[in-house]
Amino acid sequence: MNFPILSSLILLPIVGALFLFFTKDKEGNNLTAKYVALFTTIVNFLISIYLWISFDQSTSSFQFVEDRTWIEGFINYKVGVDGISILFIILTTFITPLCIISVNNSVKNRLRDFLIAILIMESFMIGVFCALDLVVFYLFFEAGLIPMFLIIGIWGGARRVYSAFKFFLYTLLGSVLMLVAIISIYWITGTTDVVQLYEIGIDVKYQNLLWLAFFSSFAVKTPMWPVHTWLPDAHVEAPTAGSVLLAAILLKMAGYGFIRFSLGLFPIASEVFTPLIYTLSVIAIIFTSLIALMQEDMKKLIAYSSVAHMGFVTLGIFTLQQQGIEGSIIQMISHGLVSAALFLTVGVVYDRMHSRLISTYGGLVSVIPKYSILFMLFALASLGLPGTSGFIGEFLILMGAFKDNFLVAVIASIGVILGAAYMLWLYKRVVFGKLLNEDLKKILDLNRSEYFILSCLAAPILFFGFYPDPLINTIEVSVSDLINMHNTNIASK
Amino acid sequence: MENLNLVLPEIFISLSIMFLLVLGVFKKNSSKITFNLSFFTILITAIITINETFSVSRETLFNESVVIDSMSSLMKIITLIGGFLVLVISSSYLKTFKIYNIEYPVLILSSILGMMVMISSNDLIVFYMGLELQSLALYVLATYNRDQLKSSEAGLKYFVLSALSSGLLLYGCSLVYGFSGSTNFDIISNQLNSDEYVLTFGIVFILVGLAFKISAVPFHMWAPDVYEGSPTTVTLFFTIVPKIAALTVFIRFLYVPFLNLIDQWQMIIIFLSIASMVFGAVAAIGQTNIKRLIAYSSIGHIGYTLAGLATASNEGIQSSIIYISIYVVMNLALFSCLLMLRRKDQYYEDIEDLSGLSKNHPLLSLCLLVVLFSLAGIPPLAGFFAKFYVFKAVLEQSMFFLAIVGLLSTVVAAFYYLRIIKIMYFDKEKDKYDTDHSLWLKFSLTVSTILILLYFIFPSQLIEVVSRINII
Repeated sequence: MNFPILSSLILLPIVGALFLFFTKDKEGNNLTAKYVALFTTIVNFLISIYLWISFDQSTSSFQFVEDRTWIEGFINYKVGVDGISILFIILTTFITPLCIISVNNSVKNRLRDFLIAILIMESFMIGVFCALDLVVFYLFFEAGLIPMFLIIGIWGGARRVYSAFKFFLYTLLGSVLMLVAIISIYWITGTTDVVQLYEIGIDVKYQNLLWLAFFSSFAVKTPMWPVHTWLPDAHVEAPTAGSVLLAAILLKMAGYGFIRFSLGLFPIASEVFTPLIYTLSVIAIIFTSLIALMQEDMKKLIAYSSVAHMGFVTLGIFTLQQQGIEGSIIQMISHGLVSAALFLTVGVVYDRMHSRLISTYGGLVSVIPKYSILFMLFALASLGLPGTSGFIGEFLILMGAFKDNFLVAVIASIGVILGAAYMLWLYKRVVFGKLLNEDLKKILDLNRSEYFILSCLAAPILFFGFYPDPLINTIEVSVSDLINMHNTNIASK
Repeated sequence: MENLNLVLPEIFISLSIMFLLVLGVFKKNSSKITFNLSFFTILITAIITINETFSVSRETLFNESVVIDSMSSLMKIITLIGGFLVLVISSSYLKTFKIYNIEYPVLILSSILGMMVMISSNDLIVFYMGLELQSLALYVLATYNRDQLKSSEAGLKYFVLSALSSGLLLYGCSLVYGFSGSTNFDIISNQLNSDEYVLTFGIVFILVGLAFKISAVPFHMWAPDVYEGSPTTVTLFFTIVPKIAALTVFIRFLYVPFLNLIDQWQMIIIFLSIASMVFGAVAAIGQTNIKRLIAYSSIGHIGYTLAGLATASNEGIQSSIIYISIYVVMNLALFSCLLMLRRKDQYYEDIEDLSGLSKNHPLLSLCLLVVLFSLAGIPPLAGFFAKFYVFKAVLEQSMFFLAIVGLLSTVVAAFYYLRIIKIMYFDKEKDKYDTDHSLWLKFSLTVSTILILLYFIFPSQLIEVVSRINII
């Protein structure tokens, strides 16, 4: 390993942001800034694709590892990827350029600052997924709060201040306990290097408390019921690009954290707390699906559906079965694509009508057919129709769940039905029916860039729906080794 | 014969003070030259300090009443740098209020001299002498803008309350002297044993006096009023420089004479620390004046510093010193921003005056944003690392309660920092402020912001310097 490819992935967006910072900002004409940002993120995407191509799928050990002394004798700057994290990195680099293309209409003022925030956000998110040291992970995990706070607060909707504060304080509160746990791990084992920690393991008597501390942070970020309430607020008030980033990538940090840290570092405690996770996940699936049914605001509905989908993810992770964990990872990737697409579709009509209320719309199919077709695809992917990536994830999760706990799996399956109910009902009310609102008659169909973005998202959703092998091959070895390690740990204790 | 080179910085600075006074009296319109000379004085003192004492591991002078070791020289250097930056960015503010006089640099220099004596003291009497020298200079500085009611009030309040605390401190010293038969720290440390209950009173009195000087809860009441009333540059001086000296003395008292009585004082320090962290975070929420808010926030930060001291370990002491150094930089940046809020010879210090700052002054508000997130302890900024080291030391001693309360109060504290950011970035803009700031002000803001922002790239350097300090 000569070329520090992961560090360049992390640093490139920051370099781009610095470059943007020094470009001249002419009022009303921000094309240069946009092209610079777009160029940076596309290059980053290409690098990450190269990363995926040169990634060795036959081993579960970390690849492209960089290990540098950072604080003498204490923390090393250590990054690397395995089958679990690489997909999230690609998801991040894939979604960000689409976000940047999409900001055309939604962000009117201070576009340059907005792009800087998005770029910085991207590099922090990539950092989260490659960090192999607990402190480095925490650093990236927390640092992401700053740009997201600004994105919601400056460019958000009417109640943006409340939402930004709620988002920031909720997640900070969850995370400080994780910091205590990380420092405690350092004093217990003498290292914060994840790879070494996998090898030496952590004493059983500490595991439960440490697990809970990590859980407090991840549960807020996931978000799990009952600490999910920041999410609808943040989603609704954030500008479209912000919602996309939040839903597609930020929520995945916690799911990734559960797999990498909760399962990997605290196997015994994970076993102990599985019932807790099951209960919370099942409540999240059923309860938030029901809430989603009753929403009148489209963005809020999608936000609640995110909570329900993340309920599936946590459920799948803690089945501790090969299928369950693989399903969770695929579900996260799929949800990243689908929720991004759904927020963008809402953004499209919001830009034209300036309303997110379902009651404003109705009968869209007769005026904007292209839009309606794509919207249908995404709605179906969200409810997990076979042939879309959403199906693969949910199916694998439920398979894992049936192996582990029949009752939980049955209840979760009911959640799938509810998911179909709210998505189809939303689609019916927005797209079908009589065109009652006079203003809707003048509405324009997708323009070129919107069409491009949505097709970009639709392609992988369909592709991986029919042919999920590239995803499964990438994660398979890592997941099976994780489970083997877990089982030997359980057996030895 | 004593090696006087070790106290050369003190000797040089006192001679300079006398010279500047004489110059000021005999030369007309000499304020400008006094200011410039005082810059050089501090710089030369700092250079002498580095040259003469930085490599000394531990030396005592004058019947062991003065000690020069790695902690004292490091703290002196931080004090001098802090004092220097305060002086250089003061000029335009003082000129605006027509108080650009020779007394200002002379008073600052004398208080710095007092602090240097305090930092080096290894004897109750030397310590008290230094303390009074710095306090007397600070009383006058607080009232420096004497035409303003608030400034006079601040000075008077500070004088009365500080005199009271000095009285307590002196009484504590006399009790300790009574039980140990000596004023020398090393001898006290050998003589004291924890069976004497009255001795505990002595310790408590001394700690109360010192807690007053660093404005730890519940002895913080003077801070908001004094900080608000004093001229802004003096407030800046108050928030950073005396705290460094007082903290050093705190460390010295706890870990030299009272080291054997650790059971007696550890709970007190933990209490002071928790009370300061929690109170500083909660009380700042309702403030509308930035200077008052900074007062409460500095109370909170002192709480974190004390948390490091409560651990009774070298790591804890080192983490406290790292904390206070980073805190100095952050406060310097914060006040530089505050001093830039000037419009037509009037300075603005309400939080509401920051409204929409990011639209008119994007760079200034970006700096302020970095500083505020750093004060709130959000990674990857320097303020996070400061807290990180402290809690690392605290958790090493398994003091989970202290760590968890401390970290939870950072969340509360984050709220009021965020409120300022909200006002700057999310609210409607007001009129523009003047942009013709002095070069030094811009310099100090840029340098301190860059230090805060890029600290994470080279965190080891500071640790290396501080790791030479081994008190226990």
